[in-house]
Amino acid sequence: MNYWNRRFTVFSIFFAALFLVGFFQSWNVAFAIFNICIISAIMALGVNIQVGYAGIFNAGIMGFAAIGGLAAVLISHPPVTETISIGGFSILLCGLIIGLVVAICILLNTRILLSKITRRLLISLTIIIGLFFINFIGSPAVEQIEAFEPAATGFLGGFGMPIIFSWIIGAIAAGFVAWLIGKITLGLRSDYLAIATLGIAETIIYVLKNEDWLTRGVKNVNALPRPVPYELSLQESKWFIEFCERYQFPLVETSSIIVKLCYSSLFLTVLIVLFSLFEIALKSPWGRMMRAIRDNEVSARAMGKNIKARHIEIFILGSAVVGLAGAMLTTLEGQFTPIAYQPLRFTFTVWVMVIIGGTGNNYGSIIGGFLVWFLWVEAEPFGLFIVEFVTSPLSETNSLRAHLINNAAHMRYVMMGLLLLLVLRFSPKGIFPEGK
Amino acid sequence: MDYFNALALIINFIVIPGLTYGSQLALGALGVTLIYAVLRFSNFAHGELMSFGTMICILFTWLGQSYGFSFSFLPTALLFVPIAVIFCVLYCIVIEKFVFSFYRKQKADPIITLIASIGVMFLTAGLIRFIIGPGDQSFNDGVRFIFSVRDFKNFTGLEQGFGLKTTQALTIGITLFLSISLFWFLNSTKTGKSMRAFSDNEELALLSGIDPNKVVLVTWIIAGSLATFAGVLYGLDKIYKPFIFLQMLLPIFSAAILGGVGNPIGAFIGGYIIALSELIVTFAYKRVLGYILPENLAPDSMMQFLATDYKYAVSFIILVIVLIIRPTGIFSGKTI
Repeated sequence: MNYWNRRFTVFSIFFAALFLVGFFQSWNVAFAIFNICIISAIMALGVNIQVGYAGIFNAGIMGFAAIGGLAAVLISHPPVTETISIGGFSILLCGLIIGLVVAICILLNTRILLSKITRRLLISLTIIIGLFFINFIGSPAVEQIEAFEPAATGFLGGFGMPIIFSWIIGAIAAGFVAWLIGKITLGLRSDYLAIATLGIAETIIYVLKNEDWLTRGVKNVNALPRPVPYELSLQESKWFIEFCERYQFPLVETSSIIVKLCYSSLFLTVLIVLFSLFEIALKSPWGRMMRAIRDNEVSARAMGKNIKARHIEIFILGSAVVGLAGAMLTTLEGQFTPIAYQPLRFTFTVWVMVIIGGTGNNYGSIIGGFLVWFLWVEAEPFGLFIVEFVTSPLSETNSLRAHLINNAAHMRYVMMGLLLLLVLRFSPKGIFPEGK
Repeated sequence: MDYFNALALIINFIVIPGLTYGSQLALGALGVTLIYAVLRFSNFAHGELMSFGTMICILFTWLGQSYGFSFSFLPTALLFVPIAVIFCVLYCIVIEKFVFSFYRKQKADPIITLIASIGVMFLTAGLIRFIIGPGDQSFNDGVRFIFSVRDFKNFTGLEQGFGLKTTQALTIGITLFLSISLFWFLNSTKTGKSMRAFSDNEELALLSGIDPNKVVLVTWIIAGSLATFAGVLYGLDKIYKPFIFLQMLLPIFSAAILGGVGNPIGAFIGGYIIALSELIVTFAYKRVLGYILPENLAPDSMMQFLATDYKYAVSFIILVIVLIIRPTGIFSGKTI
């Protein structure tokens, strides 16, 4: 079968399934699923350039997505002037101290004059002194900030800029963290990178959950400004009411679909731009070099390629794309909930997307993102249906039946696991094998 | 007298909890490291295996309790650990048969096997949540304390004291017993020696007539039993939460890497180092310093390096430091 035929068929199956959801469940649900499908596809693209182009396994996707989410909060939330006047200066001072400590550490690390032991001792000493100062200056300020109207604010707020900017800032911030972690782990064995990235992701989530002055922690940040119109303002605007009347559409439902369509078009633009860039990169000399490094590091090194630098490059690039997707997700949801970042939902599901779609193939990442997210959402009603069917001989009030029906939603994990294992075993190249 | 008070505080809040948590981590890290040494991949499903064993143990404990079983002052769950071990080992053998053996025979890239282990992790996590639900389960019904802080204070007349929970003593004791048996097994029995040979040099071991299937089977039996014990002891000591086991992967892997991946003694010691450093870094030293320092120097702040919530981040920091300074770990590992 021609590649294009195959692509067309698989994508048609996906859209047909989405159509069925729209037809039988509701169009609102279908578009809500589709929006997150696009974001998942972007995340999968970011991971795919790491895994597929360069063979780097990143188990910290959740962390990079959360950084994007944080960027969305910091960029778009209006500044809370009271807390800034209370503690803004101290926080700024702490930031300067952190910068100073990092600068001194880098300086110390590059000085070849000192012996290895002295260098390490001096670096540890700098960090401890820095921590002491931060604790001394920061903690009173943080306490005051968090004590200020904790139910409403209790944090510094953001810059009050349009939330779209956060997509870029989120990508840059995620890329910066990726650079730090890549510097440490990318010359080591591949599973060390997986474990270290797992660690950085968990650590980022702990910071987001606990540093209330920055993120409001588990109290969440709600009602972030939107890049698209609100349903209510649509329902009140004259042209929209006339439009609905002319075509006999229900007002409320149509407004919410229109809003979702606006999001979809924004996200689709990003997806198409990134996809085209990545396809060009894949076919460029740079992409060929990456694949050469992946397939045979020794000979690539013999040809004079700097493998560690290339790996860091692609690790930053992929993580930045995940950060971008994370910012988009927070934009779509309009709220930032640190507790929602779970490795099973983010990191490992994105891996499943990339592997099922086909590592190294950008079409594969997109269809993987679409299909897996679709299944992830639809597994709940589907699992419920199966459990009800299997337990139907039991009586309505049977406690076992009630228990199983209660837990039916967790079948999605089982399904993801089975899907990953089966694809990895019987069709390790995925739906669209590399280069096809 | 003040120094004894400070010491009692440190024992109560750092040493005893640290040794307990360290034992749980050590058991987990031993399993990870054995799998790495013999099967040559990082098993991300290990946390869920611990969870699976614990779940079976809880289910049987409930069943036993409904028939009136109890184990005098010890937790009833201990009676059912052997059954849980059998189930967990069977589960390990099933996944080895259907998942891992394929990649082992293909000599697949370790990272592919790692991804397969993530599939197993998903599957197991789903089964666990499906069977027992995502909520917390407390299943410790034994006597809570061997001696409590109050008993200690009455006995010694000190202002501060330390207590010893039954589960803490059990955890430390069982861990020591299991680890010593494991080291004896690896060093003195024929099977243990063949495992070490297999981990050291697979081709040479095969040439000497060692049966790879037997070695792999024994490894899974040991890993499954250790995982069950680690999970049950953790659940008895704290509480059983299905999602906590994914978080525990990080300290467990840090312990294994700190000790040198593939080195059991390293993993054992690494577990204790990680646990103790977590507590040392997150403990508030205010009261301790209040006893030790002269009165006019007593601190006002909590004297805490890191907030308690960052407990898990400590293992990450240690992991990063190890990876920067000595990636092979303390006891440069790779073989048993």
